[in-house]
Amino acid sequence: MKEATYYPGCSLHGTAREYDESFRGVSKLLEVNLHELEDWTCCGSTSAHCTDEALSVALPVRNLNLAGKYDREMIVPCVACYSRFKAAQQGAKEHPEYLPTPYEEKVAVHYALDFFCDSSMIEALKTKTAKPLSGLKVACYYGCLAVRPPDLTGVKQYENPDHMDRLMEILGAEAVPWSYKTDCCGASLVMTRTDIVITLSQKILSMALEAGADCIVTGCTMCHANLDTRQASLSDASGNKNKIPVFYFTELMGLAMGHREVKKWLSRHVTDPIKLLSSKGLL
Amino acid sequence: MNMNESGMQTGSSFLEEIIRESNVDIRACYQCQKCSAGCPVVSAMDMYPNQVIRQIQYGRREKVLGSKSIWVCASCHTCSVRCPNDIDFAKVMDTLRHIALRSGIIAGEKDVPVFHMVFLESIKRTGRIHELSLILRFKLKTRDFLKDAGLGWQMFRRGKIKILPQVYSARREIKELFNTYEKGAAQ
Repeated sequence: MKEATYYPGCSLHGTAREYDESFRGVSKLLEVNLHELEDWTCCGSTSAHCTDEALSVALPVRNLNLAGKYDREMIVPCVACYSRFKAAQQGAKEHPEYLPTPYEEKVAVHYALDFFCDSSMIEALKTKTAKPLSGLKVACYYGCLAVRPPDLTGVKQYENPDHMDRLMEILGAEAVPWSYKTDCCGASLVMTRTDIVITLSQKILSMALEAGADCIVTGCTMCHANLDTRQASLSDASGNKNKIPVFYFTELMGLAMGHREVKKWLSRHVTDPIKLLSSKGLL
Repeated sequence: MNMNESGMQTGSSFLEEIIRESNVDIRACYQCQKCSAGCPVVSAMDMYPNQVIRQIQYGRREKVLGSKSIWVCASCHTCSVRCPNDIDFAKVMDTLRHIALRSGIIAGEKDVPVFHMVFLESIKRTGRIHELSLILRFKLKTRDFLKDAGLGWQMFRRGKIKILPQVYSARREIKELFNTYEKGAAQ
């Protein structure tokens, strides 16, 4: 049994509830014992780094200091939170004057996707994959912060990453090649310039359809919300109305490992994924 | 015209301000426009990323700080990773937003900074973002109550919207942290 600290962040306690549930579910099956960070607070997200650099370091550092009390690594499924933690670790080194007390780096922070793509986890996953996702064509959508900036994420192939593609292939799915893996969906502009997000999201959705994918897979709460909920006016090149389900990668891991609560997670999606999985004989 | 220690012309105190605060040397820009070619939100900008750099070099402070571009930038970092001269333009955009807010210049996209302020106030209030409160507070500011109401209902039905904020013990601590930074005491 591996012990790890879990930082959920605000979205996983709200609109990305199925990401929280599926992340906890697959961690348990892979014998990772999660300890939710007690008294965690918001990482500050886009709003802090856009408005106040010192605050954008101080808010994540508060949580890093809490996590540093325990001798275990911290896993962050929300890639926006993860990015702020990595940026704060760097910012605290470059600008110690931002903090009232010096920051001592005690905790290793991992993005959940990177954590599960690590070789020991992959080996465990191989032995636990009971129901391979045969016949399911997935478009792996990394978005921005899972890969950029590369000096924070450590991802070398940041223009054409393939670690999520390999993870999906281990689960038995077919990862289709496509060129929108790391294009931006517009993220938090959804609140203020919804028009921009609709344009960007629909481009990503239609490119995944054009690449022959049955569904999109992501590990970002903003990407999932934007892609899952902005499909009302989606149509393909010949004008046909089409929808394409958007999964969290943890949901497909849970499905392949035969987790009992997959249906509950999937019932929270706005774009129905259950019909697709039933038609493929996977659910 | 000023000369810096490396003998390069700077000629604009705005340019110097940006270089100093962002720690990014935008003098290296040779206007190849790769940043603008890869920018996903360029069609919503009133000044392309490469033009923002040129306008900073010209010293056009008000024009740059009052632009739409600095607020529609989604911080996706595509410009930064593709720049042949390693200019971290995403970082420059952050710096421009910080200076614009401090200068009190009217934002070219008024709702975006309003959203950020509502977001930070929400963290200050409870330490965590309670999404429903955040959205309602933002709607009170923008008076656009009907936008996405149907979608909100769909998400509520699927158990994605929590009615009440969580209760936990860090609230006072986070308020004190905000008070420190609002006073600028930590800087």
